Amino acid sequence: MRKKKSPVSIIVLMIFFILLLVPIYWMINTSFKTNTEIQRSMTWVPQKFTTKNYTSIFISKLWQRSFLQTLEYVVLNVAIVLIAAVPAAYTFSRWKFKGHQHLFFWLLTNRMAPGAAFLVPMFTLFSVIGLFDTILAVALAHCLFNLPLAIWILEGFMRGIPRAIDETAFIDGYGFMKFFGKIFLPLIKQGIAVTAFFCFMFSWVELLLSRTLTAVGTKPITVSLTRSLGAGGWDWGLIAAAGVLTMIPGAVVVYFVRNYMVKGFAMGRV
Amino acid sequence: MKNKVLVLLLPSLLLMSISAFVPLMTVLNYSLHVLFSGSIPKYIGLENYVNALKDPAFLSSMGKQFLFCLEILLIEIPMGLALALLLPKRGIMIGPILVLLGIPLLIPWNVVGIIWRVFAREDIGALPVIFSKLGFFYNVSKVPAHAWWTIVIMDVWHWTPLVTLLCYAGLQAIPQEFYQAARVDSASKIATFRYITLPKLKYVLIIAVLLRCMDAFKIYDEPFILTAGGPGTSTELLSIFTSRQVIGGFNMGYSSAVSLIYFIVVLLLCYILYTVMTKIGEH
Repeated sequence: MRKKKSPVSIIVLMIFFILLLVPIYWMINTSFKTNTEIQRSMTWVPQKFTTKNYTSIFISKLWQRSFLQTLEYVVLNVAIVLIAAVPAAYTFSRWKFKGHQHLFFWLLTNRMAPGAAFLVPMFTLFSVIGLFDTILAVALAHCLFNLPLAIWILEGFMRGIPRAIDETAFIDGYGFMKFFGKIFLPLIKQGIAVTAFFCFMFSWVELLLSRTLTAVGTKPITVSLTRSLGAGGWDWGLIAAAGVLTMIPGAVVVYFVRNYMVKGFAMGRV
Repeated sequence: MKNKVLVLLLPSLLLMSISAFVPLMTVLNYSLHVLFSGSIPKYIGLENYVNALKDPAFLSSMGKQFLFCLEILLIEIPMGLALALLLPKRGIMIGPILVLLGIPLLIPWNVVGIIWRVFAREDIGALPVIFSKLGFFYNVSKVPAHAWWTIVIMDVWHWTPLVTLLCYAGLQAIPQEFYQAARVDSASKIATFRYITLPKLKYVLIIAVLLRCMDAFKIYDEPFILTAGGPGTSTELLSIFTSRQVIGGFNMGYSSAVSLIYFIVVLLLCYILYTVMTKIGEH
């Protein structure tokens, strides 16, 4: 039962997607230009096509390291968040205990905490416990906004799964861990995919905290970008190329979770 | 059961105490003192808060923040919903469309700033040239209004896809039977939208508004890279003002008070929005 879309709506959609892509195209375009061309005139296609900007990133140890370290702390963050959030969300979805509502609400409020407000104390805290300038520090700090979000999304998914399933499994003699691993987790795998996607995204794009908590040993990619922005001459071609490169992991992730995403969005709260 | 609850919640509580509770308490403690690095803190009660609320620069950035939040909500929510309604429900185009919509969401936020800076700068950007061809003058680093609207448009560009994705998923979840019933009753398109689609989308819309509101209040990287709050302080949103106080300011007590007021405002706003939106259409 498919309705044909009217041509007007197709045109509107196409205009939207074109507008969506123009700024991105402009950056890709800039990334293939030489700096003289960037500064001299506006051209929609590079006149002198060059991949110099990319090669200088690829051979640079600094950029390679930033890229890998960023992936490391993002993945670490997603892992930590999921390990902590799945049991917590299960608790919230299954039992009402004293202070249940308050605790849940308090967790959520941290999603709204402006990072700027937490800069100084986090810096002090991580310096004191000796984690400053490590991957783990950034991964832990990002729990501030990712953990509440994860619990929130997962709780929505888990609430949709009837409690009767738990009870039947326990009557059938499943232990808690076995029930969780064999029955419950497969049921909410879409929810986990959506959660992982959001945590990945928010950790990958964050700048303020990751910049404050790192110095020499760890260099988030977002920081390397901003640093090269500040460093004297503005190497626009290089910055554009680095920008293009940082978009790639995100696009890959979207591609893999796209099916889960819509189903997941629809089932859960987000 | 009590033990089980505790064990299952423990990892989350531990993590949150590191990343949220301890820092929050520290800020609270700082905010009640005069605190210069290297000198002995002096307790002054709520004086920092009183000073902050009298500070015209703080109040003006708060005003800008509210205006910004209002503007992007008024643009992004209707636009995102409209686009979601226009998207095809199924078919081979869905995959690519979803990926396209996801792209702006996954660009690191400062790269979003860089994209728009490269796009809008007067010396190397495409926007000024396009505008001047159309006969308009456009200069993002000189004219406050241009900087302001560029930031709003940048945010619309960046986040409307999220609203669209949320609404699209919400629409997919509405059972087709409702629409068939509506057709049997020969309900008008507008009536179908008003009495079936909108109520069913209510929770998705609440989520979209809340998420956008929270993040609009936290926005930092994009405007910072595009204009750094300039020209003058015309685009100095709350987060830029606050981190300027935290990083550049000398009195950590004062900047902590500013941070806490900022946090409380966000909390209150989200709470009010949530309460109001859940009430709407309950009858």
